[in-house]
Amino acid sequence: MDEPVPVKRTLGGWTLIAVPYVWLLIFFLAPFLIVFKISLSQIAVAIPPYIPTFDLASGWQAFIENLGELSVENYLWLTEDDLYWKSYISSVVIAGISTFLTLLIGYPIAYGMARSPQSLRPTLLMLVILPFWTSFLIRVYAWIGILKNEGLLNQLLLAIGVIDEPLVILNTNIAVYIGIVYSYLPFLVLPLYASLERLDGSLLEAAEDLGCPPWLAFWKITLPLSLPGVIAGCFLVFIPAVGEFVIPDLLGGSDTLMIGKTLWTEFFNNRDWPVSSAVAVILLMILVIPIVLFQNQQQKIAEKEA
Amino acid sequence: MSLKSMLTGVAALSLLSGAAIAQDREVRVYNWSDYIDESILEDFTKETGIEVVYDVFDSNEVLETKLLAGGTGYDIVVPTGTFLARQIQAGVFAELDKSKLPNLSNMWTDIEERVQKYDPGNAYSINYMWGTTGIGYNVEKVKAALGEDAPVDSWDLFFKPENMEKLKDCGVHVLDAPTEMFPAALKYLGLDPDSKDPADIEKAGDLLKTIRPYVQKFHSSEYINALANGDICLAIGWSGDVLQARDRAAEANNGVTVEYSIPKEGALMWFDQMAIPADAPHSDEAHEFLNYIMRPDVMAKASNYVYYANGNKASQELLNEDVIGDPAIYPSEEAVKNLYTVTSYPPKVNRIVTRTWTSVKSGQ
Repeated sequence: MDEPVPVKRTLGGWTLIAVPYVWLLIFFLAPFLIVFKISLSQIAVAIPPYIPTFDLASGWQAFIENLGELSVENYLWLTEDDLYWKSYISSVVIAGISTFLTLLIGYPIAYGMARSPQSLRPTLLMLVILPFWTSFLIRVYAWIGILKNEGLLNQLLLAIGVIDEPLVILNTNIAVYIGIVYSYLPFLVLPLYASLERLDGSLLEAAEDLGCPPWLAFWKITLPLSLPGVIAGCFLVFIPAVGEFVIPDLLGGSDTLMIGKTLWTEFFNNRDWPVSSAVAVILLMILVIPIVLFQNQQQKIAEKEA
Repeated sequence: MSLKSMLTGVAALSLLSGAAIAQDREVRVYNWSDYIDESILEDFTKETGIEVVYDVFDSNEVLETKLLAGGTGYDIVVPTGTFLARQIQAGVFAELDKSKLPNLSNMWTDIEERVQKYDPGNAYSINYMWGTTGIGYNVEKVKAALGEDAPVDSWDLFFKPENMEKLKDCGVHVLDAPTEMFPAALKYLGLDPDSKDPADIEKAGDLLKTIRPYVQKFHSSEYINALANGDICLAIGWSGDVLQARDRAAEANNGVTVEYSIPKEGALMWFDQMAIPADAPHSDEAHEFLNYIMRPDVMAKASNYVYYANGNKASQELLNEDVIGDPAIYPSEEAVKNLYTVTSYPPKVNRIVTRTWTSVKSGQ
């Protein structure tokens, strides 16, 4: 393995390192701090609908006074009502099941693409990316037309005589799974394809020469070597799926409980920015902690190998 | 190109764009979906040269969230009275400059008086439309499910589980608007529909939970098409929206008959008000737009199209017979006595209302 060449600690080097950090600072840390600050505020009938608002023009004294008005009351409120925990858990479960289903469908696709003739691969890759050229929202709306009681799917199944009564799929969790799997499939296929394509074919040839049946060779060689792609793909599906709002709102039923929808209700129906900010901060914690743990794990593995 | 000629060019350009800005007068309107005859907007532009940028929403909550965030860029918004009251309190709106609104003389004093409950002195808003929240139903399907004497003129149709059980399979939609559904439930229970008592809210919530299993969807605009296409057979919705569904079904000639009824136990009467945000970038144009809307012929055209009653007295004689003569739009004096109005919830009660509504919808 090639060691990455460390960037020289020169002015140019520092600038290079600074770019991503400044990016994170402006587009991640600053918005997060604003949300965190709102989560400690109180609801009010005003523009914006919370107090205190920090007005830098009023000087340090006012700033310190305002700091004293912040409280963790909103976080306590979250623990008092089981709706929020149920939403978090239900989101994680829905996202987990969807990720698993996406993997079941995505792995054969990526595998097939990686094993197809070299000349065909760019076309197949193109076909995976193609749906992105249509708006995500319109594609989700199209599923309403397919899944509804008088929709295309039911008409087809009725016409060929598979069912006698239309299936109720729209406005149920099944529709949410279909929506998530469909929408996020490319995010899983692409990294997986990348790692499967790089796979050294001579390893499989060697296994065959030594009398290993193909399925065992797949299990012992292909699968472990594609694991980084599997993990990267699953994270790319799981993380946005947990916070998904559009799909459960359009395809799910009223009893589909997901944190994205709960947050929306809190924000729009209650006009309660402080509590919805608190919900968002906790959602971030729930997502960040496993990612950090995962990264540490990966680093340890990399160090052991080195 | 020399520096001097470049500078001259830049100066000329900025002059040009300045002139263009002066010519491009525009007004940005944020109104409910399916709530205007679009030719009114075209006519307004033809007459005044003011471009109309027109956006739509389908819930008061969405509108209010935008308004409270500030800087919406809209010049005219159309909240319902209950929401308007709270927004006035939050300082969202600018007082109307009545000297720029000579057509105010066309307005209907009866309606203006009722609106005073939300907008004291009618200082901030003019009435656009008013209507009721009642029952929209598919005549054939409801009769097929419940027989010829189905109680279509009563909340029994919706609040009795034994009726809903039979309607479940043909599809029931309910407005996703707790501020409309709790008062209806309270009225049905014989309590004050405007009650702010958490115990009453809970009772209304319990009633709604008993019929929750039979509701297919809580949504505030999809039911128009769903009723018209025959996808659902019952919707708790706004009068004019149901009547629009009735007309779409009649036009499509698809064998679907949609009717609207005001339940005999009483229904909510609401007022949608046009108002100008305090930070509206085009306040003058907004006043011109409001004045135009208050012209009797314009207001009549709007009502004839959306099937809602308006608060413009002078326009009444210009209304089509199927609007002014329809008791679902202009209820008889007897029926008006049964209509009730409500006020907005204080923040703490609002939280209870929303939480109860979430638990009704999600079963959690």
